[in-house]
Amino acid sequence: MFHIVACIKQVPDTKIIKMNPKTNTMDRRTAPAILNPYDAHAVEEAVRLKQRYGGTVSVVTMGPPPAVSAIKKCIEIGADEGYLITDRRFAGADTLATSYAVTKAIEKIAKTRPVDLIICGKMSIDGDTGQVGPGIARRLDIPPLTSVNKVVEINLEERYAVVHRKLEDGYEVVQSTLPCLFSVEKTINDVPYSPMPNMLKAARYKPHIWSVDDLEDVDIKQLGLKGSPTIVSKVWAPQKLAGGTFLEGNPAAQVEQLLQILLEKKELFESKEGM
Amino acid sequence: MDFNEYKGVWVFIEQKDGEVAPVSLELLGAGRKLADKRGVELAGILIGEHVKSLTKTVFEYGADTVYVYDQPLFKHYRTETYMKALLECSDKYKPEIILYGATSTGKDLASAVATDLPTGLTADTTELDVEEETGLLLASRPAFGGNIMATILCKKYRPQMATVRAKVIKALPPEVGRIGKVVEETVSLKEEDIRTKVLEIVKETVKKVRIDEADIVVAGGKGLGSYEGFQLIHHLAETLGGAVGASRDVVEAGWIDHPHQVGQTGVTVTPKIYFAIGISGAIQHIVGMKNAGLIIAINKDKEAPIFQNCHYGIVGDAFEIVPVLIEQFKQALSSDKVMK
Repeated sequence: MFHIVACIKQVPDTKIIKMNPKTNTMDRRTAPAILNPYDAHAVEEAVRLKQRYGGTVSVVTMGPPPAVSAIKKCIEIGADEGYLITDRRFAGADTLATSYAVTKAIEKIAKTRPVDLIICGKMSIDGDTGQVGPGIARRLDIPPLTSVNKVVEINLEERYAVVHRKLEDGYEVVQSTLPCLFSVEKTINDVPYSPMPNMLKAARYKPHIWSVDDLEDVDIKQLGLKGSPTIVSKVWAPQKLAGGTFLEGNPAAQVEQLLQILLEKKELFESKEGM
Repeated sequence: MDFNEYKGVWVFIEQKDGEVAPVSLELLGAGRKLADKRGVELAGILIGEHVKSLTKTVFEYGADTVYVYDQPLFKHYRTETYMKALLECSDKYKPEIILYGATSTGKDLASAVATDLPTGLTADTTELDVEEETGLLLASRPAFGGNIMATILCKKYRPQMATVRAKVIKALPPEVGRIGKVVEETVSLKEEDIRTKVLEIVKETVKKVRIDEADIVVAGGKGLGSYEGFQLIHHLAETLGGAVGASRDVVEAGWIDHPHQVGQTGVTVTPKIYFAIGISGAIQHIVGMKNAGLIIAINKDKEAPIFQNCHYGIVGDAFEIVPVLIEQFKQALSSDKVMK
């Protein structure tokens, strides 16, 4: 039976997060934790594929215990099972260490139910890298298909998938053998409000929770901070341009000054001949 | 791992339709500076079909060597094939730094290569430097939704890798006739062993907004309050013959599509004039527009960070200011004051 695994992440809502101007650090407590918006589209697509072809959708995430609520959100969207891997030894993982840990969880999930397809969001809104999805694909040695914005066909008998991958100036139609991994664009679907039965199911749902010891063949050295080749060496306030000159007066006066400035810099308009 | 074996700076040369991607030319400029500081070679790695002629451009923009993989197998970009070439080449010649454009292709390839090597990969870098003595790459990028900047290091692995945003670094002026060494390589891969196939490439027929190419960009933010309020941005852009830009919030609210988003997860723009209207100015937005020639900010909040990142600021209500601006500009343009 068709088995899709969606990889998700709980993230702080970076739009709301506040900075401490004195220490230049984030106050994470100010930001509510949400399901990474890109991952909501990944789960939604997995659920749509399940409706089209039958099967099961599992979601997997690595994070602290409160990440259970992100899994519940996925159950609301329509996922069937949720797996949280949580352990202090995962802490401080960069994208390489994260893809290792999540791959180990997927391998364990696949032992009871073979995985045909993995779906990730394009990136997380806190890390903004988009590197974990392709990393998981390489570790499982399956083809990564990034920037997917349409799934044309899944053929479970002949074991292939056909998708549209977004390009800078259009898209390409790509066929891949199954299993493979998609990372999806937000444009792939709309995530509707969850139906009431799903919300009830989610409220009652208890995800599988695994520590490092529950996973198999794990090389501890590849986890967390220890397994992360990249380190943050310095954090600083963004470099500012020269502060602007404020224009004074009422709106009409301000606009008049602005017009004068632009007129003086008329080379700015050079290429706009014939406008 | 013996770091002394690793030498030289590489740039992955992205190409399409017989042309080198502009971001690769920019990266050759950045790579040249890093290589000179370290006293090492700058090399391009060029993969594709019928791409040998592009080596000329790569040399003119600063490379000393170009590694070329020119095989029918590489007609279209596929992670599996390009990755194999890069891994083999890196294994053979051992560069200490590899840079990729932060395009969909560059990011896809770099993520796969980093996993296999394995090594560290910094995404969406906006500033690059190298420690002269140690060769440690200092890759800096906005972090946590753009609220702070962070420098990322990869101390224990080589090569060090980063994807770099387009338009954050200027390409060097090409030195016509500059030449270098071409090293031709091949990979032994059979088409039937590759698990992905590109069936078709579809170019969008509708001319897309290219805000990265516009001379004037008028960008609006959440301060405009609503989809209806945002229409003010369209009116001003139309009056000035400019393109419409937007902050991430606005795109997420659905007032305009993603191709209009300026910033770290959107487009980097370099217009002659940039209007930021009702945009508070998170660093994530600033990195996308700070190289504009003239930045004009309009915002109600005098404390908004955008005013630290503009040339001229107007504190006020966009709904009072912009209509006057449109009116005055229309008059100025019709009386040819601006043109002549």
